[in-house]
Formats: sequence, structure tokens, C-alpha cells
Amino acid sequence: MSECPSGGPGPESRPAPALEMRGIVKAYPGVLALDGVDFDLLPGEVHGLVGENGAGKSTLLKILSGAIQADGGQVLVDGRPVSIAGPRGSQELGIAVIYQEFSLVPQLDVAQNIFLGLESRVGSGLVLDRGRMRREARGVLDQLRCDLDPRRVVAGLSVAEKQFVEIARALARRSRIVLMDEPSAPLSDKDVGALFDTIRTLKAGGVTIVYVSHRMEELFEITDRLSVLRDGRLVGTRATAGTGMAEVVRMMVGREISEHYPKERRPPGEAILELANVGGFEGIPLVVRRSEVVGLAGLVGAGRTELARRAFGADPRRFERVTWKGSPARPGSPAEAIGMGIGMVPEDRKEQGLVLGMSLRENVTLPILDRLFRGYGMDRAGQRRIAGEQVRRLGIQTPSIEQAVLRLSGGNQQKVVLAKWLARECELLILDEPTRGIDVGAKLEMYTIMNELTRQGKAVLMISSDLPELIAMSDRIYVMRDQRILAEYPGGSADQETIMTCIAREGA
Amino acid sequence: MEKRINWKDYGSLFGLVGIGLAMGLLSDRFLSLGNLVNIARQVSINAIIAMGMTLVVITGGIDLSVGSLVALSGCAGILSMAATGSDGLGLAAGLAVGSGAGLVTGLFVAYCGIPPFIATLAMLTVARGGALVMTAGQPIVRFDSPYRWIGEGNLLGVPAPILIMALVLGLTYFLLRRTPLGSYIYATGGNEEAARLSGIKVARVKSFVYLLSGLYCGIGGMVLAARLGSAQPNTGEGFELDAIAAVVLGGTSLMGGKGKLWGTMVGVFIIGVLNNGFNLLNVSPFFQLIAKGCVIILAVLLDQALKR
Repeated sequence: MSECPSGGPGPESRPAPALEMRGIVKAYPGVLALDGVDFDLLPGEVHGLVGENGAGKSTLLKILSGAIQADGGQVLVDGRPVSIAGPRGSQELGIAVIYQEFSLVPQLDVAQNIFLGLESRVGSGLVLDRGRMRREARGVLDQLRCDLDPRRVVAGLSVAEKQFVEIARALARRSRIVLMDEPSAPLSDKDVGALFDTIRTLKAGGVTIVYVSHRMEELFEITDRLSVLRDGRLVGTRATAGTGMAEVVRMMVGREISEHYPKERRPPGEAILELANVGGFEGIPLVVRRSEVVGLAGLVGAGRTELARRAFGADPRRFERVTWKGSPARPGSPAEAIGMGIGMVPEDRKEQGLVLGMSLRENVTLPILDRLFRGYGMDRAGQRRIAGEQVRRLGIQTPSIEQAVLRLSGGNQQKVVLAKWLARECELLILDEPTRGIDVGAKLEMYTIMNELTRQGKAVLMISSDLPELIAMSDRIYVMRDQRILAEYPGGSADQETIMTCIAREGA
Repeated sequence: MEKRINWKDYGSLFGLVGIGLAMGLLSDRFLSLGNLVNIARQVSINAIIAMGMTLVVITGGIDLSVGSLVALSGCAGILSMAATGSDGLGLAAGLAVGSGAGLVTGLFVAYCGIPPFIATLAMLTVARGGALVMTAGQPIVRFDSPYRWIGEGNLLGVPAPILIMALVLGLTYFLLRRTPLGSYIYATGGNEEAARLSGIKVARVKSFVYLLSGLYCGIGGMVLAARLGSAQPNTGEGFELDAIAAVVLGGTSLMGGKGKLWGTMVGVFIIGVLNNGFNLLNVSPFFQLIAKGCVIILAVLLDQALKR
């Protein structure tokens, strides 16, 4: 499929971009986070940046903020090539980033926070001139049409007020490009309205804004143009007006099913896991049967991971009442869920799946150590045999089973997480984004294992933001949005467009 | 298997040997067998405590209460001997009090989410207060009694505290390297969330390491009381610093997930050799404190330089 690289008017009639990125490349061990991204920002526009987790948005923001350096490519500000060596350099170029985690000092007041690091501009630089600082802070806040009192201590502010302080801080630094990472995520609907007013005010003052969000409605309300990233590449840039939500969703998750998916279909067995009232809502119950791969589709934040974690007992004090092999159960901890026969490959292999400093052998056998203990000590030979079997079965590339998993590539790390549960012989395996950030070969092996599991009468519940993969590999697909299950589709034959429309809420 | 010896892991051992040789050159008495046995006996209590500390630190925690628990369990043990007339019951009571106090700290850390630094700091003062209350601030003497063997006695010429240290070392090593619990301790410190999602009951693991640290303080407290012939409510002050220093000298990361028992033992002996050597050389105890601090910093710097 050939995507048109940009929408809107042609280059001749456009003003010179305020910022351009050309062929930006950033690699992490085992993953190409950005793969030749071209991206431009026009002065005074609100530019939406969308993509699923792992698409490369945060890497792109980090490069612009100077937190990390690109491995290749060029950044131009006002047509001049620049190098952003660190956060300071980024600030001097007039770039400001507002992260989801605010970088305010809670014990200082609003004015001090706005001018943190700029004290010499509003006083002698030796002693704080608090009166002047407050007056100037007042001026900055007035520009934002915000009536926050500069004397208030930040610790006592609401989330929305803190965000104002962050924006005021960017303004005090005379930033011309403000990058906002999921700014609406912590806000109430009313506060989002206020945020949009502020964005419009900034825009009227000629400030360029990059708005990163998962929320389609907001993007369509506030942005002038939208750029979609997927797997480290820019899929395309569109003028927001005249583009449909389904098209953007298709750019985010869709792709022609050109890759070969080795799906084996077999008749499903009896139900193994049933969940009614998902997320506390009446609606379509979730059922997983033996020999079946059940897919969960939806955008980030739709509630897929939350559902999986609750079924696995991973969120303390938030039990899901499930029916397990026909009788009611309530896994209160991962240990209980594992005892029942459930395994989970979590979303984030480094943070949740692996003990990075430990060896492959130790990681693989972590869930089965209790079975390997003989009175006189651990069955080391058995441990090595099991780890070795998994290395061969999954084709894990490693110099030895004693290798620290830290040193393995992303795909091999993911196989180690999977190996933990294969060694445990779980009856239901929950896979949360099992193929994110791993290479094609490793993906294929992941699919092969899924087939092997269903052949053995085991069940798989898979979350994936890669829609073609989900459609091809699932026997049935549930679509989630706002913590609810909205629809159920058969896998394989399901139509991408239909599912995307459901995911994107269009026509709902 | 495919284990190659990486000499960079043995920086602290080279340090110990170097310090030992230097002391040997400076004092002709230092390297005598009698003095070396003496060093081993002197370090035994710190060694026992530091082994419990190592386990706590591997889970990513810290135990500041060890010195007070040594005093508390020693006092509880000797008082129980006096009350029951039985040395055996008294020893059991000392160990039980140490373990119980450790378990209480552990429960607060594991189930209430109180940071280990705070929970054990609180236990430090509570246990010290408890020891002072139960003894009314006075040493409790119990001189001629068979229990004193564990502090004073010997078997085939080896002092009993060294035997006890060796026994604790062996059991702890088995626990850490040969049982699932040992692996859970490493996994909890290495990545608590991944450990939990692997079905490990991390709260229980955490409670357990503080309990064990308390038990080891109980053992240390009873050995110390047996050695002195009395239980002193003010004993053990600063023990936590020596234990933590030994753990750090041994290369255990205060961030958790990494650590070796033999490393801690090397750290214990570095501190012991310094104390003993300085005494033989008649170095003022005031200056010894300064030197000890400097050695700790130097040793850790050396370790970091080697690992780079």
C-alpha cells in the first residue's frame, strides 16, 4: 500500500516548517525504535502524533527534548540543521516538553516553579526577588488566561493546575515548540476543555504544539494535522479536516494481510474460562475454550490489559469473578491463578516479565522452582535440562543457558518469558502484546507455539494492537472500548474495516 | 558448566589478602595461628548478623535494627534462664524473641508497605527500649552455667563461636543457593513485579528475610551474652553499621537482586583484620574509626573501577 506522505496544501504554498526531522533512526538492542522518520511541524499548528504503544512516539519526543540522541538523521529548526545534545540544547532551541509525569518541585510556589533555573532573569540571580518573580509569573499566567495565584505552593494544586504551571514554564522560556505527551490523560472532561482553550491561546501566539494522545475525539477536535507512527515508521501525515477516524485507526493498526500467518484451525473444546460483567458492566461475556485462540482488540486504554491482569489476579484487591472449568473462582494473586493453570506473558517484558540480572535458566524455571526442589537441594540437572529444552523448542539464540537475560535481544527475551509458562504447562496462556517490538522471525515462532498449544488442547487469550495479526491468529475476537466488551467477531474471516470502525467508536 | 572465573569478581578478596599481608609485615604477631583464630572468633558475631543482613539487602531492603535485636534477644534469653532455671529454654527464648521481632518488622515491610529503612529504624528504638525495660537498665549476670560454652568453649581446639558461624554460613548458603526460597529472594530484589507475576509470594519472601535476620541476631545475642557471662541492654550499638559495611564490601548491591554470601564473609574479615591489626599496632581507637571509613570507600571505589 502506498501512503501519501502528507496531506494538506502542496509544499509551495506552505510556510517554511518550524521544525523538520529527516530520516531519524534510533535503535535499541534488538529493536529499531525509529526507522527513518520524516516529520515536520508548521509554525503555529497543532500537530497530533498518534500510534500504539511501542510505535515510537516517546522515542521521538525524547530525541526532540534532548533526553536521548538519534543514531542517524537530521533535525532542522527554521531550516537550519541543529544537533540536540541534551535537555539544555533543546530548551535553547525553543523546544519544551510537557510529560505526563510533571517535573515540578512540589515544595516551591507557582512563581518559583515557573522561573526555576531562570532566577537571574527575574532578579539578581543571587537572592530571589520574589515580588518581581510573582509579578512576572502573573504576566505569563495572564497570557494563558489562567487566574492561578503565583504564590500558591505546587503541592496543593490540582493536576490540571499543575499542568498550567508546566505550560507557563514553557512559555516563560519563550518556547516556540511545545510537545505535550498525553496531556489530557489525567484530566477531567471539564479540565480538558480548559486545556484546549490554553492550546488555542498558545497557537494564536504563534506557538507550535505537538499533541500526543490516544483519544481520537480529542485529536479530531484540537489538531490541524495528524501524523501516525507504527513500528518506528511514519505511516503518514494527514490534514485533520477531511480525514475520518477509521482511516487514522487503519493507519495505526491496520496493514494489508500480506505476511504469512501459519494459523491452524481446529474445533474448539469445552469452555475453560468465562467472564461475565467485564469491568462491572453488563454486556457480552468473555468465553475462552480449549484449543482456541481468543483475541482482544481495542486501542490502548480500552481496558484489555486491565481485563487480563484481573483474570490473572495481578491487581491486588481487584478480583475478577471468573468461571474456571465450569466452577466459580476468584484468583486473588498471580500465585493462585498459576495454581489454577493460568499463565501470563505480560505487556512489558523488561518491567514485568523478566528478572533481567538473572540467567536464562533461572528466569525460565522461576514459576516451577517448587517442583524442582528435592530435600537435599535444588534439582540443578533438571533445571538445566528444562531450560535447555525450552531453548531448543523456541530457538532462543543465546551463548548459554547461564547468560543473563539482560544481554539477549528483545525477541529472545520475549521467548524466555514465554518459556516460563511453557515449562509450567499452563492450560490457559494470556499473551499481552506478545509480538511487540520483536523481529519477523521471532513473531513467526510465536505463532507456531500458539498453534502447538491449541493442538494440545490448551487455550490462548491474546491481546494485540496489530490488527492483521489478531485477525489472522484468533479463532474469535472481542472488541473492547471504555472497559467494555462491545462486540464479538469470528477470526480469520473478519473484516478489518468492520473491526476498526468498532474500535474507533465511529458509527456507535 | 560454562563458568569461567572472572577475577574482577574477587576484588574484595584481593583487598583482604593485601590488607592481611600489610598487617603481617607491620606486626610479627599478626600472622600467627593463634591470632588468626582470634580474628575468626572476634568476627563471628558480626558474621552471623551480616549473613542475615545480606539476605535482607538482596531483596532490596535493609535492617537497621540488628544491634538492638542482639541486645533484646540476649537480655530475654538470660532473663528466661534465670526465670526457668533452664539454659536450654533460655537459649530458645532468646532466639524466639529475635525471630519474633524480625517477623514483626518484616510484616510491616511486606504487608503495610512501610519502607524497610523506616520499619527497621522503628524496631531499632523499640527493641532497645524493650531491652532496657526488661533489665531495668542493668546488666543481667549469669556466670557459671553450661550455656557459656557457646561463647567460651571449643571443640577440638576450634572456638565454639567459630563453629556456630560456620554452621550458620552452611545453612544460609544452602538456603540461598539450593532452595527455591533462595532464588525467590534474588528474584524479589531483582524485579519484584516480575517475581510476583511468576507466582512468587513476594510478601512472604520479604517477611521471611527479616525473620531470619532477627533469628541471626538472636544467635549473635546469645553467643555474645555467653562470651561475656552477662546480658547487657546497651550492647550491640553500631552493629548494624559493621554488618552493612561487610555486606557492601562484599559486593552486594544495596539496590537488591545481587549479592553473595562469601563476599559478605570477605567483608566481615576485612573489618575484623583491620580492627585486630590496628590493635596490635597500638593505633588509637579514635583513629581506627577514621581508617575504617576510608577503607570502606576505597574498597567500593576499587570494586567499581574493576567492574567497569
